Amino acid sequence: MTSTLELSPITESKAAVDIDAPEWFQTLQNLAWEKFQNTPAPTRKNETWRFGDLKQLNLDNFVSAAELDAGDIDLELNGLEEASAQFIFANDATVHAETDLPEGVICLPLEDALQTHGDLIHQHLLKSEVKLGSEKYAALHAANLSNGLFVYVPKGIEVEKPIEAYHIVAGDNATIFPHTLIITEDNAKVSVVDYFISAASKGDTEDTQLVLAMNDLISTAGSQLNYLTVQNVNLSSKVIQIGSTIVDRDARAKSFVLNVGAAWARNESYCTLAGKGAHSDMLSLNIPTGEQLYDQRTFQHHASPHTYSDLLYKNALYGKTKTTFSGLIAVDEKAHFTDAYQTCRNLLMEDTTEANSMPGLQINADQVKCSHGSTASAISNDEIFYLQARGITPKNARQLIARGFCVQVIERLENDALQNLVINYLDEKFATVV
Amino acid sequence: MSIIIKDLHAKIGDTEILKGVNLEIPKGEIHAIMGINGSGKSTLSKVIAGHDDYEVTSGSIEMDGDDILELDVDERSRNGIFLAFQYPMEIPGVSNANFIRATLNARLPEGEELDAVAYYKDLYAKMDSLEMDRKFTARAVNEGFSGGEKKRNEILQMAMLQPKYCILDETDSGLDIDALKIVSKGVNSLRSEERGFLIITHYQRLLDYIKPDVVHVMYDGQIIKSGGPELALELEEKGYDHLKPANA
Repeated sequence: MTSTLELSPITESKAAVDIDAPEWFQTLQNLAWEKFQNTPAPTRKNETWRFGDLKQLNLDNFVSAAELDAGDIDLELNGLEEASAQFIFANDATVHAETDLPEGVICLPLEDALQTHGDLIHQHLLKSEVKLGSEKYAALHAANLSNGLFVYVPKGIEVEKPIEAYHIVAGDNATIFPHTLIITEDNAKVSVVDYFISAASKGDTEDTQLVLAMNDLISTAGSQLNYLTVQNVNLSSKVIQIGSTIVDRDARAKSFVLNVGAAWARNESYCTLAGKGAHSDMLSLNIPTGEQLYDQRTFQHHASPHTYSDLLYKNALYGKTKTTFSGLIAVDEKAHFTDAYQTCRNLLMEDTTEANSMPGLQINADQVKCSHGSTASAISNDEIFYLQARGITPKNARQLIARGFCVQVIERLENDALQNLVINYLDEKFATVV
Repeated sequence: MSIIIKDLHAKIGDTEILKGVNLEIPKGEIHAIMGINGSGKSTLSKVIAGHDDYEVTSGSIEMDGDDILELDVDERSRNGIFLAFQYPMEIPGVSNANFIRATLNARLPEGEELDAVAYYKDLYAKMDSLEMDRKFTARAVNEGFSGGEKKRNEILQMAMLQPKYCILDETDSGLDIDALKIVSKGVNSLRSEERGFLIITHYQRLLDYIKPDVVHVMYDGQIIKSGGPELALELEEKGYDHLKPANA
């Protein structure tokens, strides 16, 4: 408790620069801190915060998370049955690292990779401009980031089993700044899972925590990059996740965000289809219950011809929850023969829920196939009647239908291990719904 | 042992649809109800199953001596009533095999589960007899199924659940002759001394393949005539008009 009191809020001073870090990194952090201080907080007038909950952005109570002993963490990890690498970070410190990877693959805690592969990181870290509303908080992340996951898969190498990294936040008002940087070189293939989770609280009340995470995903020619986020922090905490994906020629990137935890979570996902034939799947499943708020902003940027993107975001809302989805498809002038699809579906499990969807299109090319749509509906009495007429109780009928609704997006992962992982979290969440 | 319906009145909103239905369906018999659109045939099937859009204002429905009107839809089903839907619902994301398994698990005591091997063996055998491709086990319930496939899927569920009383609500609508034959074969294979059937249809055609013991004619919320299979033929030939009460 004493140590927490000594720390100043993340909004007042930044973490000390690691003097062992490369000079460019120290400069980046100093500039980022200046940017954070000089960037005004979003207001109601910002289109990117329409329907957003601006009061969530008061982060003055949060402090950088204190260092922890691995022994202090009281937590059961629910992850993959088999992984080719497993990392556990607690309050941004590496507490476990285990890898069994093909030769040439670099998979390290970011703090170590900064020492050993500084140039490679310098080339790719935080190079994409943040455009979906959280510029200020991206700067705060950059100013404070100290660790995370670095994955580099060289040309032609396929990593069969997924890599997983747990990012655990512990302590009241604690903040972590995990960063994930993944680079797949030509024709390489990898799947990575990040988990954001809270350690159990030591006190009687739930700790309030903040996860301010970012990711840079770079999928070069012909490669396949799958990235899955499992967000399951405690119900008093906040999450801001800002992601950038760059998909090069004939590469295929797939991202999936699962939100089951947090009081408030905001995801900003920007995908650039940079090379001819690039393919992107942007997927998300959100199951808010109680009073949880999820706010998601996406951008499918078609910068090259013959590119394909398909976004499917699904929300199953319970209780007094609220979701906001705002997605834009932008097709550049030269990006002819683009196929771009965007769908947001909301299943309103109770009439006290609220789902906001704001789809958008900006098309500046010819020969383009684009569609966007959003739906919000409740389960109809006729659907319940059908299942009930087969002997299933109304409660189980609703659960079965809601689960099916969710499974449809999970199936898009097209990977049994990842699908089972998400289904486990899904069933665990459903078990909490009375 | 039978379903006995006495002077059943039911309404939806302020509109009375069933105006005093009397009907007995004993185990071992197949009863057919015919009638024009709007006569109340489908409403009767939904009221027996327990759809809560309909309010029963008077009368009774007993199954094997027990009043079922107080039971919820799912309880009636677990007690042995099966309704094959005219328009089966789609359940996206739920595989057919998992759905049927869930319906069977719903009949087991809390905590007990079906034996998976025996279940699939039974399921495959019944699918084979209905000439259903195995791919239908993995596909989402009724999603993207043709009309005929949906109806076959209803009969498959019926065969798996082994109900005491089967109500088929216009199962023949939208079926071509080949599908009709397969569906009828499925129904006939379930015919037993231990099971009663109520077959609701618009057309005599279905009754060429599923031979009824008794044919009833429904008109304006009542059963106005009952007879043997020959009644269906008579209706086919003469239409319904000559049966209408004089004051209608």
